[in-house]
Amino acid sequence: MSSQYLFAHKHILGLDHLSVPDIEHILNTAESFKEISTRAIKKVPVLRGKTVITLFFEPSTRTRLSFDIAAKRMSADTFSITASTSSTTKGETLADTARNIEAMMPDILIMRHPSSGAAHYLARHMKTSVINAGDGSHEHPSQGLLDLMTVKERKGKISGLKIAIIGDISHSRVAHSDIIGFSKMGANVFVSGPATLIPKKIEELGATVCSTIDEAVNNADVVMPLRIQIERQNDPLIPSLREYASVFGINRQVMQAAKPDALLMHPGPINRGVELAPDVADSAQSVILAQVTNGVAIRMALMYLVLGGK
Amino acid sequence: MSVPQAILLKNGRIIDPANKLDKKANILVEKGIISAIFAPRQKAPSLPKKLLSFDLQGKWVVPGLIDMHVHLREPGEEYKETIESGTRAAAAGGFTAVACMPNTMPVNDCQSVTRLILEKAEESAFARVYPVGAISKGSQGKTLAEFGELKTAGAVAVTDDGKPVSDSQLMRRALEYASNHKLLVISHSEDSSLSRHGAMNEGFISTSMGLKGIPHIAEEIMVFRDLAVADYTGCHLHLAHISTRESINLIRQAKKKGCPVTAETAPHYFTLTEEAVKGYDTNAKMNPPLRTEKDREAIIAAIKDGTIDVIATDHAPHSVLEKDIEFDKAANGIIGLETAVPLALALFRKGHVDASRLVELLSSNPARILGVTGGTLGLGVEADITVIDPEQHFVLREQDILSKSKNSPFIGSKLQGKAVLTLCGGRITHNLL
Repeated sequence: MSSQYLFAHKHILGLDHLSVPDIEHILNTAESFKEISTRAIKKVPVLRGKTVITLFFEPSTRTRLSFDIAAKRMSADTFSITASTSSTTKGETLADTARNIEAMMPDILIMRHPSSGAAHYLARHMKTSVINAGDGSHEHPSQGLLDLMTVKERKGKISGLKIAIIGDISHSRVAHSDIIGFSKMGANVFVSGPATLIPKKIEELGATVCSTIDEAVNNADVVMPLRIQIERQNDPLIPSLREYASVFGINRQVMQAAKPDALLMHPGPINRGVELAPDVADSAQSVILAQVTNGVAIRMALMYLVLGGK
Repeated sequence: MSVPQAILLKNGRIIDPANKLDKKANILVEKGIISAIFAPRQKAPSLPKKLLSFDLQGKWVVPGLIDMHVHLREPGEEYKETIESGTRAAAAGGFTAVACMPNTMPVNDCQSVTRLILEKAEESAFARVYPVGAISKGSQGKTLAEFGELKTAGAVAVTDDGKPVSDSQLMRRALEYASNHKLLVISHSEDSSLSRHGAMNEGFISTSMGLKGIPHIAEEIMVFRDLAVADYTGCHLHLAHISTRESINLIRQAKKKGCPVTAETAPHYFTLTEEAVKGYDTNAKMNPPLRTEKDREAIIAAIKDGTIDVIATDHAPHSVLEKDIEFDKAANGIIGLETAVPLALALFRKGHVDASRLVELLSSNPARILGVTGGTLGLGVEADITVIDPEQHFVLREQDILSKSKNSPFIGSKLQGKAVLTLCGGRITHNLL
């Protein structure tokens, strides 16, 4: 990294506003933080005295816990608010919730929200650093970054790799962040799934659309099935999960078209037996749990960097 | 507000396409009626002693502008707009008359609501108010509203605007039944099965912003249906807020075949594109949504060649409660009364239309289509007159907006051209001179 480089982002709203040097810097920072989680005493004082709030308006296991652990390993004080415990259930607006939180002087606010653009809205209303932990169908930048980190770690590079993302691309913020991130870093992203779940003009975001999953998976370095987001569907998008599993599910046979050393990734949570066969999920190719481990390091890096860490 | 005894408008450029007039002249208004139009050098008729005189050198004097598509929100949502505040904004924007859409609370689907609107207008309005009734009871799309009584009470048209008439049989019957009552039928053309839950135009920007898109075919499929029903019944249909290129093509073809259709667009559709939504600006959220550059160009071409008959604002006031929130939850619509003149004048400055055509689009055509007075500056007619300074530059500031709601994507924009004097029935409803 050149000595001229300065990480200048106060908020992390999406991968679309991060440059290649920004992404490289985040990945390098995360790699150096990863070791902390393997120590007997998993704590460093870099964010001591800082206040980190997680505000989750949608259910989450991994992401919320991961941010919480990441903040605590950096010695920050963390507080967590979820939709069911927040005053939005009493009719409070998002702006008012944000203003009230800000009045208690936190340093970082991490938010997941069902509306696309909600993190951008918050960033406009607040002086506190905002990290987007998923906004509607828009972006999930920390997931995109941990996916990049995992591939780079396992493959030694990102550029030139073939990445196949399979499934519900329309409703997946992970797909959006991954398409943007992997394309920016020089990989070739192929997407496939039911045409009802492939959004218009996704090619312009950097992805190649394949009509069959075999075409997308063929010779791929990374295969990433996405969860079918049943709870979002109010539209006749697929006839049944049964047919989905048989036509678009990733099983051992589909994986044979990929490179022999291809990585199997999944952002979680998995619907076992729907988009992913259980034996593939648990196979040697699967790096799903390595993704989760790297998630902590990526989130440590993001919190460190938005507060001005060099 | 009283009507001045006599007003002399001197040296302005009189533009009155209905009388094929575009020349420098003086207009004398006495007791609210245009009593003389004469050349500046011509000997003036005997002028009354008590005379209010304006020198309008360099300004346009045009028939009062008529906005045939506004939402005044009264009754029911007076915190967004009232008949008083909305018509005050109209007068400031150069409008002397507005047709107000029926999606109030309650819906204007019966004579008592129409009467209420007209009574409020009588008390407090700064412009003529033409109520538009609902096509269906409660705008629920099921059964016809009572067109006869609506007409008798003072409605000039019917529409379920805000929602489409999804049932084609209901649209057919509405057109047929409205013809008995000489009521204009206005269609909000939208296939809501395609647009449901959409937040902006569908395309690369909606995909990259993670917003559910509204495809342009949602409008076009219904425009085609509406044109077919109008053609089949032979009844006149007016299409509201046209926004896409293919809608324009369909209307152009239908008009060529003699289909009895007229159409309007709004200033934002020939000024902005979906690019304005970037950054999740809820003041760029409306229905139909802002479209692409190709659509914008097609709208301008349609304004030039007559496929589009009317520029109407679709003035849709919403408060911060509906707008300063998450994008997908925000209400559709923007205010437009106070920005229509400068945005329309931009078409003139760029050479797309001449001044007479602009006046047709903003005054004489809406008057003719609605079947109301105005739209011309003939002798003996009521003095609905707008004076426009085409050279005035200004930056639109939130605090200058007279509408109760401030939901405009043009706040902070540099605009050129402004209504500087508005006379409604000889009453001065707006005056910057």
